[in-house]
Amino acid sequence: MRHFFAFIKKEFLHILRDRRTLMILFGMPVVQVLLFGFVLNNEIKNAAIAVYDPSKDEASTALVGKLVSSGYFRLAQNLKGPEEMEAAFRSGKIKMAVVFPNEFAKNAGQPDARVQLIGDASDPNAAVTLLNYAQAIVGDWQQERAKAIGAPRLEIITRMRYNPEQKAVFNFVPGVMTLILMLVSAMMTSITIAREKEMGTMEVLLVSPLKPIHIILGKTTPYLVLSFFNALVVVLMGMLVFGMPLRGSAGLLALSSVVYMFVALSLGIFISTRAQTQQAAMFMSALGLLMPTMLLSGFIFPRESMPLPLQVIGNAIPATWFNPIIKGIMIKGVGLEVLWKNLLVLTGMGLVFLVLSLRNFKDRL
Amino acid sequence: MDKVIVCENLSKHFGPFKAVDDISFEVKRGEIFGFLGANGAGKTTALKMLTGLIMPTSGRAEVAGFDVRQNPEAVKRRIGYMSQKFSLYEDLTVRENIRLFGGIYGLKRAVILEKTAALLSALELENAADQRVSALPLGWRQKLSFSVALLHEPQIVFLDEPTSGVDPLTRRRFWELIYATAEQGVTIMVTTHYMDEAEYCGRVSMMVDGRIAALDTPHLLKKQFDAADMDEVFRKIARPDDKQKTLKSGKK
Repeated sequence: MRHFFAFIKKEFLHILRDRRTLMILFGMPVVQVLLFGFVLNNEIKNAAIAVYDPSKDEASTALVGKLVSSGYFRLAQNLKGPEEMEAAFRSGKIKMAVVFPNEFAKNAGQPDARVQLIGDASDPNAAVTLLNYAQAIVGDWQQERAKAIGAPRLEIITRMRYNPEQKAVFNFVPGVMTLILMLVSAMMTSITIAREKEMGTMEVLLVSPLKPIHIILGKTTPYLVLSFFNALVVVLMGMLVFGMPLRGSAGLLALSSVVYMFVALSLGIFISTRAQTQQAAMFMSALGLLMPTMLLSGFIFPRESMPLPLQVIGNAIPATWFNPIIKGIMIKGVGLEVLWKNLLVLTGMGLVFLVLSLRNFKDRL
Repeated sequence: MDKVIVCENLSKHFGPFKAVDDISFEVKRGEIFGFLGANGAGKTTALKMLTGLIMPTSGRAEVAGFDVRQNPEAVKRRIGYMSQKFSLYEDLTVRENIRLFGGIYGLKRAVILEKTAALLSALELENAADQRVSALPLGWRQKLSFSVALLHEPQIVFLDEPTSGVDPLTRRRFWELIYATAEQGVTIMVTTHYMDEAEYCGRVSMMVDGRIAALDTPHLLKKQFDAADMDEVFRKIARPDDKQKTLKSGKK
């Protein structure tokens, strides 16, 4: 055991001595959570709109007033004619235009009454969001008006469960967690092993009485500890800064995080048996692990809307299975009875890569 | 009797490529044995088999009395190794490096402390003990690296191109260190592609295309090939021209 502890101690010294590693380890989680939480927000406020309103009656004025007072829109321009709209969109001054017909108030109660909403779909995400807001507001306004004149209307009641305010951060915190743990566990481990190969110290270690399993455990243990610490920071920041709940068991969350780290670490070792240099290791982890984790796991884009081949590939990504676990435990408060399948898949993935890398370890290094 | 390395018909194939092709030799205790050859001639592969880094395809090798195939762990405890790339951790201090390798070889804490003090004073590195290795000049790092490889008192030290990229003066000094170590009964196996270094070895094996093309003392090799220095010996052996015949008849 003495030689094993000497090895782990050295590993911690490497981490503490390297400013770049330290920055990634401790700066990244905080920066990413804050970045995703505050900046990359799906919510749009104060979007500039233009209005073309030839009727200028009480109904159209009231509707424009309701749009603007919602806080989502601000009236940037009153168009004198429809032909001005094109210029306004082109110049980028407005994100949406509202076009009223003549004599809006008179027709507003009629079955064929209409108002036109035009979005700037050069930014499709923003356009869809804005049009949705506007439609909801117009719908509201219609309800009120129908009630006021006593016309019968079907009222639709919607409720968003688990996240009634639709806070984007509820989605980002689990996503960031899958990403950070992958980054620290897989990428950093593969880089540090590749560094030993690059520097020639790996040969010295292999010639020593240290067994390959000692080298692997010695390399991964410090990163397991750090990953766990990082997971804690991400969850706590989500809860304290962004008001995320923890409705399920904290113990189960910790346990499943460790399982995910195990998968990530074995992936990191697997990569390092292939990569000869730190750069290669970094490249392989970034392209093979981080990009898919971000793009295909359902963190940023919903998996349901992906073409089938990408959904299939997505199934091979650990984050696809870990993300629902975090969301399930933190937001929905569910336990093992729902999540056992995900945990099982993750454990299987970890074992497969561990066996593969142990088989590769000696020949490849 | 005092043979610390016995190598019989040792081969290593990578697919159809024969990196080491049927080599046999013996090395005695305290000998300085040189492996010479161009890059890719198989010297590093041969060394890796003897240190247990890779398994031989066929043949047998006994190092420090143990078979490398059957008992690599026992071999590893009895040998030291210094790689052609630098074998210490540059981001650790001199003292930390010594402690680390002492620890990896399972030395007790008291022994490590004692050895650290002795090593630092022998190398006159007391003042630099808590400096990072990256701050040391190359010559010092090399001596330190060599001394660290000797920390656990191995019977044999393997040096894989220890002097590549070092100026001639530093190289000379390093060889003085090697001589002093060999005099204490430690066997030295060294690979190099500097022909002037070959003159320093007790015996030299010249490797060409995975085979040992010639093996003798530098003096006798020069005589055999009618050469003024080892460089000429090497050129006569390695060039695949009319001198090839001389080589083959000389080997038999």
